[in-house]
Amino acid sequence: MSYQDWFRQDRLPHIYCSGCGNGTVINCTLMAVDEIGWKENETVFVSGIGCSSRASGYIVTDSLHTTHGRALPFATGVKLSNPDLNVVVFTGDGDLAAIGGNHFIHACRRNIDLTVICMNNQIYGMTGGQGSPTTPAGALSTTTPYGSSEPAFDLSELAVAAGANYVARWTSYHVKELTRAIGAGMRTPGLSFIETMTQCPTNYGRRNKLRQVTDQVEFMKNHTALRQKLDRMRESGQKVPADVIAIGEFVRRDRPAMGVRR
Amino acid sequence: MMEIMEGSHAVAHAVTRCRPQVIAAYPITPQTHIVEALAEIVANCELDADYITVESEFSALSACLGASAAGSRVYSATTSQGLALMFEVCYNVAGMRFPIVMSIVNRAMGAPLSIWNDHQDSISLRDSGWMQFYAEDNQEATDLHYIAYKVSEDHRVLLPSLVCFDGYIISHTYEPVDMLTQEQADSYLPPFKPYHRLDADDPISFGLFASPDYYLEFRYENDQAMRRAQDIMASCGREFGEMFGRDYSGLVEAYRLDDADTAIVAMGSLCGTVKDAIDELRDAGKKVGLLKIRSFRPFPTAEIRSALSGVSRVAVLDKNISLGSKGAACLEVRDALYGSQIPVLGYVIALGGRDVRKKDIAAIVEKAEKGIGDIFYGLREELLK
Ligand SMILES: Cc1ncc(C[n+]2csc(CCOP(=O)(O)OP(=O)(O)O)c2C)c(N)n1
Ligand code: SF4
Ligand SMILES: [Mg+2]
Repeated sequence: MSYQDWFRQDRLPHIYCSGCGNGTVINCTLMAVDEIGWKENETVFVSGIGCSSRASGYIVTDSLHTTHGRALPFATGVKLSNPDLNVVVFTGDGDLAAIGGNHFIHACRRNIDLTVICMNNQIYGMTGGQGSPTTPAGALSTTTPYGSSEPAFDLSELAVAAGANYVARWTSYHVKELTRAIGAGMRTPGLSFIETMTQCPTNYGRRNKLRQVTDQVEFMKNHTALRQKLDRMRESGQKVPADVIAIGEFVRRDRPAMGVRR
Repeated sequence: MMEIMEGSHAVAHAVTRCRPQVIAAYPITPQTHIVEALAEIVANCELDADYITVESEFSALSACLGASAAGSRVYSATTSQGLALMFEVCYNVAGMRFPIVMSIVNRAMGAPLSIWNDHQDSISLRDSGWMQFYAEDNQEATDLHYIAYKVSEDHRVLLPSLVCFDGYIISHTYEPVDMLTQEQADSYLPPFKPYHRLDADDPISFGLFASPDYYLEFRYENDQAMRRAQDIMASCGREFGEMFGRDYSGLVEAYRLDDADTAIVAMGSLCGTVKDAIDELRDAGKKVGLLKIRSFRPFPTAEIRSALSGVSRVAVLDKNISLGSKGAACLEVRDALYGSQIPVLGYVIALGGRDVRKKDIAAIVEKAEKGIGDIFYGLREELLK
């Protein structure tokens, strides 16, 4: 079986814009699932609402496409009622950190045995590009026409602080690393949070001087550095530019978890 | 001045002329064009207001409640799932008597997910204490915002308003709109004078516990305010007509109803289609008329009873359904005609954006003439096998 067998062919073609990063993240996820050897009938994909959240509908397994922001509580119910299932949540920065922000910190605190994959494109993509809680200060969106004046959330740091057992951040440029991180998350009991910076050429790049798809992917390549390296730079008194995004594994630990298969 | 405007933009500009001081909204299709336009208007300093990009509809209406309590005129807009998420706050806004105005760009409720139009979202708030006005076209959608603020803020009313208009059919459609100038708007709608507000020099508390000794009276007062709102709505609508030539004194509006045998009752953009269908039916010799309900809350029971007193039958079109019962307007029209011998037939129609054409109206009239009603109209039987 290959990762491609996990797609629901009758649902393709997908609705994503050409150049959207979401497809890459879905591919990486299915490659990780395939490599681990999970079975279709033991795996459930849960998502909220958004372009990112459409992902669950393109996969052959059972899936729950829920309401905006509520993927985590729905997934909590699925996992706790049947811990034998592998439960993966697809979500977006709006779904997870805006309307569903409360559920995010509580799912991490309870450390429920879920794999949560957030496609962070720093924008509400599906509704036409309004500013989200991860839109960087100064970035343009349809609700921040002269630049966002609010500070953005760092979702991975938030997950670490709230108690998730595994946290990593990569980008849709880092295909190999992302696939490995998703696999590691799936193997770790407790809540695994994998954040992936993902390009949204239509509603983010276009407005923020990253007009071509490749511009945004280049940006993710050139403006990321391993978290450990950035820590070392700071310790040695070096200045880290504000637009550099920390990537890599943020935490891997063994706090008590809920919903783990017995 | 007449301008060709998208419904959403027309509404955003009308709202701007109402001078809200705080706007809080969360984007949701098909409301987004309104709030994006307002975000830009505020960012351009064309409106002296705070625009808050809150993290959900729940926060949007909560922030509006707080701002209204602090004495500001406030605005929000939403639809469908977003309105459902506001449900708890909606009851609080009405119970605390804050005159908030909110646009509802009507959309169906999930599941299954639908971004298309019907009226299930706002109708679900029927009992919350919000007034509900339904617009037929872009012009009415804009005008009703000025009127809604004026009625809501009247100290004899002090209830919030939903200005409802159909998603896409109005929100995304371009039509000529006669937009009030700022001076005209100011002359109609004076600055907000809160009846009560948070004031450190004269402290009061909102939303406290009401024991069984008091709660009943609170709801009674709310109900009385809603009843009083009928006259205030009529006078504010009349005043609007006297100043700008478009009269909204009726909470209902009749079209070719005088000598009608069959009366159709409908709300929102559907009324435009019904009017066209009626013209054709009249040409073919059928005496059909329309009674459009502009204000669903307050519900103009007496006006409806008198408007329909001369017809032989009433066909009520509802873009909503109380599952296991009937559409909301049908139930209320039947209540209004209680005691008369006039049959009231209900048709649940156009749910989730199913298109309604003139021939559908003609078919419904035919059914009504045969006494066939209380049905879902337009079911695709082949899907139900
Ligand atoms: C209660 C509710 N509010 C608002 C919406 C409208 N809505 C749908 S998707 C979305 C934003 C999605 O943003 P994100 O989660 O970042 O996903 P993306 O499309 O960017 O992948 C919004 C606001 C909704 N469906 N439900
Ligand atoms: S709007 Fe953005 S996130 Fe949505 S499909 Fe298009 S590129 Fe992808
Ligand atoms: Mg997003």
